Amino acid sequence: MKLIVNGEALEAKATTLDALLRELDYEGGWLATALNGDVVPAAERAEFRLSDGDRIEILSPMQGG
Amino acid sequence: MFDLLGTKLASRLLLGTAQYPSPATLADAVEASGTSVVTVSLRREMAGGKAGERFWSLIRSLGVSVLPNTAGCHSVKEAVTTANMAREVFDTSWIKLEVIGNHDTLQPDVFGLVEAARILCDDGFDVFPYTTDDLVVAERLLEAGCKVLMPWCAPIGSALGPVNIMALRSMRGHFPDIPLIVDAGLGRPSHAATVMELGFDAVLLNTAVAKAADPVGMARAFAKAVDAGREAYGSGLIEPRDVAVPSTPTIGRAVFS
Repeated sequence: MKLIVNGEALEAKATTLDALLRELDYEGGWLATALNGDVVPAAERAEFRLSDGDRIEILSPMQGG
Repeated sequence: MFDLLGTKLASRLLLGTAQYPSPATLADAVEASGTSVVTVSLRREMAGGKAGERFWSLIRSLGVSVLPNTAGCHSVKEAVTTANMAREVFDTSWIKLEVIGNHDTLQPDVFGLVEAARILCDDGFDVFPYTTDDLVVAERLLEAGCKVLMPWCAPIGSALGPVNIMALRSMRGHFPDIPLIVDAGLGRPSHAATVMELGFDAVLLNTAVAKAADPVGMARAFAKAVDAGREAYGSGLIEPRDVAVPSTPTIGRAVFS
């Protein structure tokens, strides 16, 4: 299905957020995810089903002031 | 020790982690500053988790508390969502709440700030609001549930130092029991000393250290200035006068003519 991940359009096979992270080779327990503007906690990613056109944000710790 | 929302901190200097020439310099500057709290952010991970991992491992190795920010958020929704993501990743209820209202000055949108602060305080966050020196906004933030205030003293990264001493003095006077941290605008150690002399509880700075020719030396200099300003405040500063007053006793002065 077609998804927007971190602002970039891509085609993915995954149907859940958890599977999408694995498909895109994301790893580590320090990632935060949001779907269409709402937070999806790590514990809920496996059951969170994706739909065509979903906008996904995958964030991680970065320098900040 | 400085009690910040129940956490005992050895230092009254909070340090940002952005813009350093290298991760090693960042680590050395954090150590030289003696800080107990560093600010961090969340950004899009483009390296499969590895960029975040490297930075996060470094921060954890420094043995300091983290204060995540919502930098770059321009709406209540963005700020609240980012705060919730930060709480999960950094495992802390602390959030430096930024809702930016103007691209040029990075001035906070104080209306959105109060709204976001209320939502987050109600949800159990300890909100550190990046605000202006406006007293009425400060009162609204306290009503929303904030237990600490972080007024700017000049625009972020401007290095102008305290441009409105009267407003800062007024804040201290109006909120004697609220921890007040000057966040943003400090450029020199003397600026930090000045606001600490006014009775501010701490300062938060980033650019002035990170962009200095020697960030480690500047971190050390700021630490000394913060300590000096705090001790001066506690020691009772004398009031300025318009006339000279001799410091050496005039009684017993020799007469040679």
